[in-house]
Amino acid sequence: MSKGRFGIHGGQYMPETLMNAVIELEEAYEYYKKDPQFQAELTELLNNYAGRPSRLYFAQRMTKDLGGAKIYLKREDLNHTGAHKINNVLGQVLLAKKMGKTRVIAETGAGQHGVATATAAALMDMECEIFMGEEDTRRQALNVYRMRLLGAQVHPVSTGTGTLKDAVSETMREWTSRVSDTHYVLGSVMGPHPFPTIVRDFQAVISKEIKEQILKAEGKLPDAVLACVGGGSNAIGAFYHFIEDKGVRLIGCEAAGRGVNTRETAATIATGRLGIFHGMKSYFCQDEFGQIAPVYSISAGLDYPGIGPEHAHLYDIGRAEYVPVTDEEAVQAFEYLSRMEGVIPAIESAHAVAYARRLAPEMTKEQVIVINISGRGDKDCAAIARYRGEDIYE
Amino acid sequence: MSNIQKAFEEGGAFIPFITCGDPSLEITEKLVYAMEEAGADLIELGIPFSDPTAEGPVIQAASERALSGGVTTDKIFKMVEKIRKNTQIPMVFMTYANVVFSYGTERFLKRASALGMDGLILPDVPFEEKSDFDNLCREYDMDLISLIAPTSEERIGMIAREATGFVYCVSSLGVTGVRSQITTDIGKMVQLVKAEKNIPCAVGFGISTPAQAKEMSRKADGVIVGSAIVKLCAKYQENCVPYVREYVKAMKDAVKEG
Repeated sequence: MSKGRFGIHGGQYMPETLMNAVIELEEAYEYYKKDPQFQAELTELLNNYAGRPSRLYFAQRMTKDLGGAKIYLKREDLNHTGAHKINNVLGQVLLAKKMGKTRVIAETGAGQHGVATATAAALMDMECEIFMGEEDTRRQALNVYRMRLLGAQVHPVSTGTGTLKDAVSETMREWTSRVSDTHYVLGSVMGPHPFPTIVRDFQAVISKEIKEQILKAEGKLPDAVLACVGGGSNAIGAFYHFIEDKGVRLIGCEAAGRGVNTRETAATIATGRLGIFHGMKSYFCQDEFGQIAPVYSISAGLDYPGIGPEHAHLYDIGRAEYVPVTDEEAVQAFEYLSRMEGVIPAIESAHAVAYARRLAPEMTKEQVIVINISGRGDKDCAAIARYRGEDIYE
Repeated sequence: MSNIQKAFEEGGAFIPFITCGDPSLEITEKLVYAMEEAGADLIELGIPFSDPTAEGPVIQAASERALSGGVTTDKIFKMVEKIRKNTQIPMVFMTYANVVFSYGTERFLKRASALGMDGLILPDVPFEEKSDFDNLCREYDMDLISLIAPTSEERIGMIAREATGFVYCVSSLGVTGVRSQITTDIGKMVQLVKAEKNIPCAVGFGISTPAQAKEMSRKADGVIVGSAIVKLCAKYQENCVPYVREYVKAMKDAVKEG
């Protein structure tokens, strides 16, 4: 079995042109991971630039309203640039800089990863180009402007469905054409080894903090940790340090779109099967001949036909659960959390909030749920208004 | 000797690529016969994939056209069955890992081999991941074609040692598509392969003109052309056969001169 496996999943299914690049990246990461100076620089950036640690906030009104488990919100939305994506990006761009790269490229769905990459590139003086599905550039026009403002060039991708999977494909193509000075800042726990491991390690700070914070607040571990899952970077970040704690339920909330019984869904675990795509073996939404399905979700960030290999493995061994949440449930949760706690969550994160509304009333008042609020929802306001039939300008 | 190696017996092999089902499987079948008549030595049949990450815009668009026309792996197998009643020209499938894996790797290879296909090219399966495909290819007497790229450097020896059929030398960085200039030292790549194993080397990616074909054939045993032919299919659609025949003839003549 090749490197970078999580059970049967993972691997390095990449064109030969990129093999030396991923091997170089793996070697550099193994070196800098153990380098105290690299770790010190990264911690400095995370704390003083991105604003870590993020708060773990007790959602008192929501807890009271649902009448079951105590609910805490892990406030990744309060990070600089408004989402968890910055954790990974600061790590990867710093690593790229150490490797002597001068240019970074990245895919983006909702635009949060693109904005984070453009931000880190500005900070560390790197050239930056972002690939974004054409459909998504319309859904998330404000983020396109933010990226350009930060000095990045944004390329709309019109091939395929013009969404996240096409943006990933196009960034991979770009990397094969210019590899020596360029690092591909992959935004999720997906793609070929070593990306799923690197991104997970950089996002694991989320669960490390949750653990410390909840022990301080409650004197015990949570009963369940909830996070939305597209590729799965915020979820693996929120799960990682609890994997060995078998008493903690780990629940990934997938985007069911208009429902898992329709074709307009992006719920990979619920509707996909084993495949090989974008550098990894994992579960993918696909037809009987292995053609990747044109998936759909209201959330551009969860609109991806696959799931990271470590999640696929956690599912196989029964350590994590994956549940589908529809557009409608997510929109209701988006509005609910806004009114109940004064926190406007990203529509992605609202998928996890929606499932908490189902789960909490079934649990006792002594039990504790942590919801990872992976990003803030300002970027989604116009789209949600349109969903509700209100045509507003951004 | 495998059927693939026969394609290189006389040196200067010309290897055209077409996307199955673009514009239709009937035309694909006719293109195979026409290209053989025009001097093609080995034919790459592309099974379209929804997300071909190694392809440039020309073959991406052809794949989209073929898939939206309703082409499937099973329909392509049926077409190959018909073709094999009329010609024994060496043929390989070029597609992506998921098309084969999702069909069931063994089921796919067993069927392809029984139909008389000679090999398989999977651009997203590098040396490190090939065992799942390679072992079954050997069992069913198909050659899994290895690729080397301008960035392969010290990997070339390792790849060449285990290569079967021929070695696909990727001429340039980036994806498939027509290029005005090829700057890679192809001669050096071929030399590194031959130092490890006596196996034919064919150059692909970016080649479109007879002059390029002639130059490349001096450095390698064969020349692969995809996008330039697929462009003709896109331009002339149902009427593309004579145009492709003429083009293949010109390219084969150039390769012979080289």
